[in-house]
Amino acid sequence: MLKTFKIGGVHPEPNKISAGKKIVTAALPKQAVFPLSQHIGAPAVPCVQRGDTVLVGTRIADPVGFVSAAIHSSVSGKVAKIDTVVDTSGFRKPAIFIDVEGDKWESDIDRSDTLILQCTISQQEIFDRIKNAGIVGLGGACFPTHVKLMPPKDCKIDTLIINAAECEPFLTADHRLMLEYPDQIIVGIRIMLKALGIEYAVIGIEENKPDAIALMRAKTSMVSGIEVVPLKMKYPQGGEKQLIEAVTGRRVPPPPALPASVGCVVQNIGTVFAVYEAVQKRKPLIERIVTVTGKSVQNPSNLKVRLGTPISQLIEAAGGLPEDTSKIVSGGPMMGRPLLGTDVPVVKGTSGILMIPESDAVRHKERTCIRCGKCITACPMGLEPYLLAVASEMEDWERAEENWIMSCIECGCCQSTCPSRRPLLDWVRLAKNRVNDIIRARNTKI
Amino acid sequence: MLPILTAILVLGVIGLILGIVLYVVARKFAVDTDPRVEQIIEILPGANCGGCGLPGCAAFAEACVKRDSMEGLNCPASSSEVMQQIAAITGRAVQELTPKVAVVRCNGSCENRPRVNNYDGASRCVIAAMQTGGETGCFYGCLGCGDCVTVCRFDAIHMNPETGLPEVDQEKCTACGVCVKACPRGIIELRNKNKLDRRIYVSCVNKDKGPVAKKACAVACIGCGKCVKVCSFDAITLENNLAYIDFEKCRLCRKCIDECPQNSIWAVNFPPKRVVTPAAEKIIEPVKESVEQDKQDN
Repeated sequence: MLKTFKIGGVHPEPNKISAGKKIVTAALPKQAVFPLSQHIGAPAVPCVQRGDTVLVGTRIADPVGFVSAAIHSSVSGKVAKIDTVVDTSGFRKPAIFIDVEGDKWESDIDRSDTLILQCTISQQEIFDRIKNAGIVGLGGACFPTHVKLMPPKDCKIDTLIINAAECEPFLTADHRLMLEYPDQIIVGIRIMLKALGIEYAVIGIEENKPDAIALMRAKTSMVSGIEVVPLKMKYPQGGEKQLIEAVTGRRVPPPPALPASVGCVVQNIGTVFAVYEAVQKRKPLIERIVTVTGKSVQNPSNLKVRLGTPISQLIEAAGGLPEDTSKIVSGGPMMGRPLLGTDVPVVKGTSGILMIPESDAVRHKERTCIRCGKCITACPMGLEPYLLAVASEMEDWERAEENWIMSCIECGCCQSTCPSRRPLLDWVRLAKNRVNDIIRARNTKI
Repeated sequence: MLPILTAILVLGVIGLILGIVLYVVARKFAVDTDPRVEQIIEILPGANCGGCGLPGCAAFAEACVKRDSMEGLNCPASSSEVMQQIAAITGRAVQELTPKVAVVRCNGSCENRPRVNNYDGASRCVIAAMQTGGETGCFYGCLGCGDCVTVCRFDAIHMNPETGLPEVDQEKCTACGVCVKACPRGIIELRNKNKLDRRIYVSCVNKDKGPVAKKACAVACIGCGKCVKVCSFDAITLENNLAYIDFEKCRLCRKCIDECPQNSIWAVNFPPKRVVTPAAEKIIEPVKESVEQDKQDN
């Protein structure tokens, strides 16, 4: 019996078209754009000026405060301007533009392919290197990794969970990463274990990736303290709380409790690889794997992309924009955000580019709620989405808060399962925003 | 015969006793209400719009009677005559407020502001504003989902199907300010009605730099500052690439209108000086028709 989380969840079509495609390095862009807000927390502040020359790996923006992350240039060239750009969030935000000239790297970065197994540096040094490399959670939420590796003092951590579930349909970036860089991942996990001062890590992989499960099992059989756990296919298995429940059977209490309160730290497999590169090769977060896919895409692929590359270039590399495309989504079909154009740059959290054909992108007409309760069955957090949506519509923020709206992980199960096609998630997001503001105001008053 | 008489007698006596009890109780526990509150509620519009800052008309009426002075108490939805009547009832002077009207500061019609995207989420402005920058290149302008129309209690604001923008019916608008609060983009503003309902305002809220704003919308304020220079009354300020006309200082000279290269300054209800589309007349007619047609369709 395979493990999974207990309540809720849906089973969307996996559509992992690009699973068999090897990772290809994408061409350098002509101009790279780095939005200053690529992570959760305070936006970074530029530390370069117009006209400055930068190399690959040069830090171009400093973090502000503890929950923030540095940004490094992924290209060499001149800073063209610091202006605004429409990013993946769908809003215009400040960004640094760099005109690319050649491909010169910072001298301390090790660009060779040799695997460095030994990690002799201290815990604090690992922490500093991760922080200086500007690493954030690459699963999509972009929470600064160094913050996650420093759990609150009163929480006793015993398990590091590596999230390789990749439950979003279409996306295959993590899958390919495991198949092509398994050794680096194992070293990365050991570095993280050292940073946390614990001895036990679990890699959670969904059953639809048997080759990755077999490979990771073979690689971990010689290493003590790392276990591979195959999981039953169910969305949203890759949600932090769902994964903790699936792997350990523990349930994270509602917010403001953190996963650390049940002794777990969850890290995405892409983050693990980035940590390996940052600690062993001194390479900051300047590249990531992006799945470019879609049902009518000519050549769905997994690309190793320098951050800041415009998405239009990735689409070109995957065989061009299919004619019937009506929506381009950054991320997967369940949690991704539709893009406003193809000039949007790749950021740290861009796990995939999905081109949805017209026939699939239709939003059906909204009808009245028939109280069937399907959304309640589907909600992996055990909430009542229909009730939250109504409370939001009535602007009854108090009621929304009482009904645990802040526990919502915005996975979209409710909306995808609603037979009346109600925009439940839209309403819940609105109420969540408002309730969050109210809670913050309340806390600052006291 | 006898049973009927007994029944009538018994019921009659019970009724009499209960009647006396009710009378005594009503007398003993009577709540002293100020008759003036009732009188004021009678003459108020009864829309419970909240424009006065109090929860509904009854609360306003009570405040009128109970508070020491009428300072800060004003029903924006009532005419000044009604306020005078209230003053007569309470016996205290009311503060005269300059009449205001809601003004939509966006002219991004389909022609002026080409659509570059299609938003298909829940059709509410609050949600659209939260999820995306919008269907056009302008991330400040009207989203066109009509939250302002939904909240208006006076049927004074309608979407114009041709331009996709809301338009205010100046006759019906009471300046209660509900639409101002409902608009997530802060486009709607309450401005002085002035003499003959004449108004001059910048019909744009775009804070982007000139080239970006201009690319997004043909009539966007590009923050060139020409109007600021030409204004003799210091009424225009330029902040974040956006000009704003202070209606307290503006003397309605219309100099800025000729100066604006983007035609983003609007003059309403002036006699035709040159070809300026006056908002009011043009607007109200087609909207009314379309509303009636909608009703018929439904």
